[in-house]
Amino acid sequence: MSLFLAFALAAGAAQPDYGNTQLLDPRAEAQARALMGEIRCVVCQGQSIADSDADMAADMRALVRQRIARGEKPEAIRHWLIERYGDYVSYDPPLSGATALLWATPILLLAIGGWIARSSFRGRR
Amino acid sequence: MRRWLIWVPLAAFAVLFVVVASGLMRPSDTTVHSTLVDKPLPEFRLDPMVPGKPGLASGDFGKGRPRLLNVFASWCIPCIAEAPQLMALKARGVEIDAIAIHDKGPAIADFLRRNGDPYAAIGDDARSRVQMALGSSGVPETFLIDARGRIVRQYIGDIRADQVDRIVRDVAAAR
Repeated sequence: MSLFLAFALAAGAAQPDYGNTQLLDPRAEAQARALMGEIRCVVCQGQSIADSDADMAADMRALVRQRIARGEKPEAIRHWLIERYGDYVSYDPPLSGATALLWATPILLLAIGGWIARSSFRGRR
Repeated sequence: MRRWLIWVPLAAFAVLFVVVASGLMRPSDTTVHSTLVDKPLPEFRLDPMVPGKPGLASGDFGKGRPRLLNVFASWCIPCIAEAPQLMALKARGVEIDAIAIHDKGPAIADFLRRNGDPYAAIGDDARSRVQMALGSSGVPETFLIDARGRIVRQYIGDIRADQVDRIVRDVAAAR
């Protein structure tokens, strides 16, 4: 155990374990955290990488934090992941043929509601 | 007035019913496929994992011969199940390299002693960096890289005995 701790500390001296360690700059950490909440863990598929205890999720958090620390924009990191795992990896689905209905439905329902309300108000008069 | 409107809720229900029923009938596919298939292998360079066997870099691929890139770990049970198939592929002339995920040299050396060693090179991917760069989401997974260095196929999960013939054909087609 102590040997393990010694190794962990030695590794920590080179670079902190960003999977489970916050960035020092609170602004960067806030950016990283916002993105981690919107990236799906690819092994524990119902969870975001911020919520998951899986090793792979820790590695994905480390990737996000390291890239944010290097000054990369969160959207660029999201794009990098989508390039590899598909839209599936992001909890913020982009507008495309498959998701058009998802985005259009609220507007469609609002329009139908407005139309029903208009006709029923007109009926009352 | 507009009597057909009375059928709209029923029609909506029918549509919903068909959508839900077809979703229930189709077996769910929860595997995450890499979207890098048919794209060039991303650049990487990994240190050797065990003494006497080289590490792995993207430059080792695409040198005129197709190669398999196996993503594995000594702690992964299906990787043990897959080992005989990898040995069979090697015996049939398929060249195989590997990256080891979250692992240590002695553990890998022990794994190779027990399950056979089909690998020409093994890279140490302790933090899953290259695994993520490949769009791989677990172990074991195997990528087929063609003679020009493009990823042409991804085999998710352990390779079964009945897949070996097809993989040999895939490798031949990737020349």
